[in-house]
Formats: sequence, C-alpha cells, structure tokens
Amino acid sequence: MKGMTIIVKTISSWVKVLVFLFGIYIILFGHLTPGGGFAGGVILAASYVLLMLAFGREFVEKNLPLPLASRLDCLGAFLFALIAILGLVFGGSFFVNFLYQKYLPGQPLNLISAGTIPLSNLAIGLKVGASLFLVIFTLSICCKDFKTDTSTHKKEE
Amino acid sequence: MSLFLYILLLFIIIAAIIAVETKNLLSAVICVGAVGFGASLMFLFLCAPDIAITQIVVEVLGLIILIRACLSRDITFISGGREFFGVVVSVVIILVIFLAGMKVFETLPDFGTPIFAEAPEAASQTYIEKGLAKTGAANLVASVILDFRAYDTLGEATVLFTSIIGATVILRRKSKKLLEEPDE
Repeated sequence: MKGMTIIVKTISSWVKVLVFLFGIYIILFGHLTPGGGFAGGVILAASYVLLMLAFGREFVEKNLPLPLASRLDCLGAFLFALIAILGLVFGGSFFVNFLYQKYLPGQPLNLISAGTIPLSNLAIGLKVGASLFLVIFTLSICCKDFKTDTSTHKKEE
Repeated sequence: MSLFLYILLLFIIIAAIIAVETKNLLSAVICVGAVGFGASLMFLFLCAPDIAITQIVVEVLGLIILIRACLSRDITFISGGREFFGVVVSVVIILVIFLAGMKVFETLPDFGTPIFAEAPEAASQTYIEKGLAKTGAANLVASVILDFRAYDTLGEATVLFTSIIGATVILRRKSKKLLEEPDE
C-alpha cells in the first residue's frame, strides 16, 4: 500500500492544510459560532485520514507516531479533568466556570470570553481528534495483519 | 419549508429501506451515507447548525471507513433467503413498537417546534434567557454542553476514552506476537 496516483497526492497535499486549519478554527471559535470541540476534533482526524488514504499508512506513521497520538489523547482527557478540578479548587464546586465568574469575565462575542468554555473546547478537540485518529490507525493495522495472517496460512497449506 | 422537510423525510426512509434490502454491500453502505446526509440537511433546515456540522463530519468519516472496509473484502454479495419464523417475529415486534409509538408521539410537540413551546417552565427556556449572562458564551449550545451540562460531556469523553483503550489493547501488534510465542 504505497498510496494513490500523483494527482491525488498533489491535491491532497494542498487540501490537507485547509482541512486542518478549518478544524482548528471550528475548535477555537466553538463558543462563538456553531461547532465546538467534538466537530473540530473529527475534522482534524479527517485531515489525517486524507493523508492516510493518499500517501499510505507508513507516511502517516512517520508524521504522527502512534505513541505521540496516544499521549495527545491522554493529554486532552487530562486537561478536561484538570479544568473541572480547578473549578472545584477556585470556584467551590466541580465544573464551575471560575474564570468567567471571578478572574476573566471578558466581553461577550469576543474571542477571549466565556471563561473556561474555550479551554474545555480545546481539550475536547485534542482528545476527540487523537482518539479517532487512533481508531482508524489501529483498524488499518489490524486489517493488514489479518491479510498477512491468511496469506501465511495459505502458504503453509 | 415544511413540504421540503417531508420530502427529505421520505427520501431518508426510502434510502434506509434500500440499505436494508439491497444485496450489494457497497450499495448498502452508500445508502447509509445518503440517510446520514439527509439527516444532516434536515438538522440544518431545523435551525440546528451545531448538530448538522457534527452529523455531516462524522458521517463522512464513518462512510470512508465503511467503504474502505467494503473494498478490501472479496465477497460483497449477500446470499441466502430468510426464514419464515424470523420474518413473522420481526413484523410482530415492529407492529408493537409502532402502536406504542403512536401513543407516545401524540404527546410530543409538532415536527420542528421546540419542546418549550408547550412547556414554558422547561429547563431549556432558562438556558436561552440566562445563558449569555451566566456563562458569557455567544454560542448557547457550547454554554449548555460545557457549562450547564458539563457532566454529560465528561461522561461522553470517558466513554470515548475507554473504547479507544479497549480497541488499541485488543488490536495492537505486540500483544499478538507475545501471545503467539508460547504456542509455537
């Protein structure tokens, strides 16, 4: 599996940047416009799926290694839990929006507003993107193993 | 607008029936994709752009995986008929669910109207009135899922995390090799 033709490779090497940037935009502006952490994370994962389909799995494995992806996944989950626990420490109850209520009210409709909601969006976007990337990556590895296993069995027979 | 939504609903139902009934696996997958895109359009016209974005993005990703899985398999045709007993049981179950659903749908508001049109003291009315003042987020959906109902999001993230851990542990390469070595 060395990827597709050179037309697909060229176009996807241009498009992947736009897809990735759109995912980041959806995550960062999740508290102002439609979208949010989940949708943006899926778009980030989709840009890597585009790379995987066009260039093959080895290219993506070099670009974003599996241990790094699982660490990003854990980091997203940890950040989300950390924001919740910081609400318990500073605001008095779990998941309270302490930044908006006490420290950084901000103007509504600005990018820096709504307290912990953009931070939670970032954490969830990181988590969902890394998780879906891991799912697709693991499934493709499993598919390949399955095929090689059957081929070796045929040789043995 | 309402007529367009009903036509879209009819399209979704027809696509779902084709997806169940067709013999070709790839056609079935494409019909499932048509159902998803129809649902996404419907969310968009019902003024729910957040759900529409999530629906269309997840649909594209799932469709890519399913088509890839279909293309790499050799057998894409389903053969064999159906048993008479299974058909009777499923028709009876669908009839019971349909009759129960008729009673339930009488209590729901009309298609496309929000629930607080009939129940003014519902919680969603509070979110709309006080969401901007209490959280400062212009997108009310974000203020609901990350502030008012953040526990739900935490549970959802935990479900995703656990499923990824399970998939990676079961499907990874090293454990297979370690398990295979003592047998050989």
